[in-house]
Amino acid sequence: MALFPDPFDALLGLQNALDAFRRSDWLQSSPSAGGSYPPLNVFRKGDDFALVAEVPGIKSSDLEIQVKGRTVRLSGSKAAKYPEQSSVHRRERLQGRFDRSITLPIEVDQDRVTAECRDGVLALTLPRAERDKPRSIRIG
Amino acid sequence: MSGSQELAVREKQELAQQEEKTMPGRYYVPAADIFETDEALTLLLEMPGVAKNNVDIQIENDVLRVEGKIDSAAYKDIEPVYTEYNVGHYARAFTLSNKVDRDAITAQVENGVLTLTLPKSKEAVPRRIAVN
Repeated sequence: MALFPDPFDALLGLQNALDAFRRSDWLQSSPSAGGSYPPLNVFRKGDDFALVAEVPGIKSSDLEIQVKGRTVRLSGSKAAKYPEQSSVHRRERLQGRFDRSITLPIEVDQDRVTAECRDGVLALTLPRAERDKPRSIRIG
Repeated sequence: MSGSQELAVREKQELAQQEEKTMPGRYYVPAADIFETDEALTLLLEMPGVAKNNVDIQIENDVLRVEGKIDSAAYKDIEPVYTEYNVGHYARAFTLSNKVDRDAITAQVENGVLTLTLPKSKEAVPRRIAVN
């Protein structure tokens, strides 16, 4: 960490932030939390959906999950701490905060959502709301 | 913007294989941090989805080889509808200097991050000399 705030460092920070948002689709019909971390996969299991995200090194207490209607929001922060008086040889793990939301094609029953975080993988079970399920109509 | 930084996504890197694997399946390179204190080197490897007993660590000819296997049973009976990353095993190798005490290496896994502590051998630990 620099002793004095570096004006060039601040500029680089701004440039990185603008870069990140130029690639986001904020003005499109998506929720406002425009982050792209964590990477996630969505699976379907029968009527229900499951969302799986890789969040290595993030404590469950640093992870916030919100579900409403069709939208799932994941936010939190990831820290990679080093002891004082250590010299860092290699630094590939990223750290910082994140805020991301995605919109699903189904309405989620938010009372039955379950979350499990094991070995750095977050798994959300998103049951489809009863009123959103299709109904088969018999021809009379 | 300032203070804490927004996290960006980094694509998983597929392992460029040095030797052939006999098991089918893709391998990825886990992201690694290495830092050094007076007593030890610490290696942190991110291997999300790898359980504690699926980590294999070997030292052979001064090369520390780490391999983490994921359990794909959880992905049975579900079909992907939207994907951003692929899943696979992890493998990475590091060359050790002779200043590492090989018998004292310890490892632990927490939240998908493997922490390896490589204590320095006695000759390598810096000695402080007091001025009388």
